[in-house]
Amino acid sequence: MPTLADYLTLAAILFCIGLAGALTRRNAIIVLVGIEMMLNAANINLVAFWHFLPPATGTGQIFALFAIAIAGAEAAVGLALVIAVYRHFRSVSVEDIAGLKG
Amino acid sequence: MPWIVENLWLIPFLPFLAAGITALFTREKRIPAAFLVIGAMAFSFLLSLCAGAHVLRAGHGGMIREAFNFTWFAYGDSAVRLGFVLDPLSAMMLFVVSFVSLLIFIFSVGYMDHDENFTRFFCFLSLFAGSMLALVIANSLLLLFMAWELVGLSSYLLIGFWFHKPSAAAAMKKAFITTRIGDIGFFIGLLWFYTETGTSLFYDGGQGSLESAKLGLIAAMGGITALSISLLIFCGAMGKSGQFPLHVWLPDAMEGPTPVSALIHAATMVAAGVFLVGRMYPLFEVDPAALRTVAYVGAFTALFAATIAMAQWDIKRILAYSTVSQLGYMMLGLGVGGYVAGLFHLFTHAFFKALLFLGSGSIIHACHHEQDIRKMGGLKDRMPVTFVTYCVGALALAGVLPFAGFFSKDEILLDAQHFAAKLGGAASVPFCFGLVGAFLTAFYMTRQVKYVFFGKARSHATEHARESSWWMLGPLAALGFMSVFAGFLGFPNEVLGFIGLNKFHHFLAPDLHAHAPSGWIMLGSTAVVLIAIFCGWKIYQGAALEAGAGDPMEARWPEVFRWLNNKYYVDEFYAKTFVWFTHALARAIHFFDRYILNLIFIWGSAGAVYVLSLINQLIDETAINRGFDGGCSTLRRGARWNRWVQNGLSQHYLRITSASIVLLFILALLLGR
Repeated sequence: MPTLADYLTLAAILFCIGLAGALTRRNAIIVLVGIEMMLNAANINLVAFWHFLPPATGTGQIFALFAIAIAGAEAAVGLALVIAVYRHFRSVSVEDIAGLKG
Repeated sequence: MPWIVENLWLIPFLPFLAAGITALFTREKRIPAAFLVIGAMAFSFLLSLCAGAHVLRAGHGGMIREAFNFTWFAYGDSAVRLGFVLDPLSAMMLFVVSFVSLLIFIFSVGYMDHDENFTRFFCFLSLFAGSMLALVIANSLLLLFMAWELVGLSSYLLIGFWFHKPSAAAAMKKAFITTRIGDIGFFIGLLWFYTETGTSLFYDGGQGSLESAKLGLIAAMGGITALSISLLIFCGAMGKSGQFPLHVWLPDAMEGPTPVSALIHAATMVAAGVFLVGRMYPLFEVDPAALRTVAYVGAFTALFAATIAMAQWDIKRILAYSTVSQLGYMMLGLGVGGYVAGLFHLFTHAFFKALLFLGSGSIIHACHHEQDIRKMGGLKDRMPVTFVTYCVGALALAGVLPFAGFFSKDEILLDAQHFAAKLGGAASVPFCFGLVGAFLTAFYMTRQVKYVFFGKARSHATEHARESSWWMLGPLAALGFMSVFAGFLGFPNEVLGFIGLNKFHHFLAPDLHAHAPSGWIMLGSTAVVLIAIFCGWKIYQGAALEAGAGDPMEARWPEVFRWLNNKYYVDEFYAKTFVWFTHALARAIHFFDRYILNLIFIWGSAGAVYVLSLINQLIDETAINRGFDGGCSTLRRGARWNRWVQNGLSQHYLRITSASIVLLFILALLLGR
């Protein structure tokens, strides 16, 4: 039976992988993927705390569900932005998108 | 409360609405504009008839006075209240104003048919009539004053309707400024009256300012309060009704189109002053000295203006001075205690003066805008309808039995005679002046009629004059009818008993005692008038009516005639005194402004500013600049670091964020325990 600490460790590892991806990759889409991974690590934490710690009302689960929904919306907006950026700069590399002026 | 009292506001509102809509019309929309304005006025006339019928029906037992008051707005504990009042006075005025205005509107369709600003004219006419209708039903000082000023404004617009003529532009300013002088007094009087009574309403179920409770307060105050307030308010009436010494604007107002003159002289503008005295009559009665002043001013004006009218050449100017004189009569009547007599004269005068002005309009229109009576002549055959109606108007104005003017003038003379008998001494002045004025009135009207209609045509335009269209003759006929028969409403009670009571007196003031008619005064005034007409007829015939002949009176008394022809030089006197003084003051202020203020203050301050700026420059360049440069370089250094942080790369931000979080986390671990 895995303990709370196991889950937290898993979440921490996942978060670090996501962060590393978001920090190191040039491709905006991969950066978005990294951000999604960090969000899901947080979700794991939420559900794990809900499962192991009293009181066991549905709060943690519902919170996670909301986070997933928002993550979906954020991914949609993010990808739309990426497409818009690509149309404008002909590139999806985050290093090319440094100016606020178009 | 009856329907008509609650909806009394509709009567002025309809013309206002018509004026507002017409103002939006383009110039080409002549027929809709005329239709709308005349239609609105016709509805107002019908409503006025309803109001009159209501007063007649309800007033059998005695005086009826119903007021509809409402709060306009409130601030703190006090409220500004407005209201409308329906009583015999306002019902009478409503009838006169709407009836005469309606006919003048119809006449204007014919008279103004060649004018390109036809719609603008009708817009202003409607505004004018609406303001006057609002004035007569006002039950509040404030509403009265607003309507009063609106009347002034619209008269200004109409007198200067042909503003491209310099004389018209001058006349409109003169009318506005002269009436404004009276209005200052009026306004002060209103404020004082409001302060003393604490209410702006005239009639408010016992609490109004013209009801006995409040008037008792003012009377109990003693001193000259009542007299001062009355005289201040009378100042306004003097300005509007052209009483000496504020009469100068009225003859100049002839610069407007003739229907406007008719409207001003018969129904709207000048009647406002007499109406004001009638409305405030309870206040004037508090101190007899106030009414006596009104009587003397009126008597003097009546005689003064009548003498001027004898020696004028302009057909409209003669009528204008006759209006001033007749307004003097009305004031005289009111002042000597003949409340009904003065207002009855207002009533009859409205009809025959409108008739005379419209008749003169018809003549002027036919003679291609020729206004000099020396250049007319012989029009009686060419314009028969105008001739007959004009004669009716002239006879009514002269006061010949049985025309309307006879009854009202006779009633005024009767009251003046009682006034003289009661007080004695100088109090007989109004009566004497009135009688002499009656003589002069009959004389100058005869002179005018002879000059215009008899003899031979004395100018080319007159030879080809034609009778006017029925748009113009219809109103003339209607007004002629009223000029003949309106007087019978005030038939004295005891002559010819079968006609019954003095209807007009009974309608307007059933509680007031009417003096018994005196046969001597009737006979006397009739004799005076007939002698005057006979003299006029004899003097102005034959050679006097030939082209190029001078006035026989001028040949007899050239000096007197010149004085009268120049209106006693009142205008010149004003020009030499008040106007000169104003100009001198303006020049002095201009000099002061230009040379003293400009030199000392403007140039002085400019120099001071220049010196200051030199010092400022010194401080700027040494102290501030250096400090500023130092500040700038610090900022630049800071900015250089900032630029590294804000390089626009999102991953760079993310990196800083994560590093900071880790740092904070480590700090929390180290310090948190």
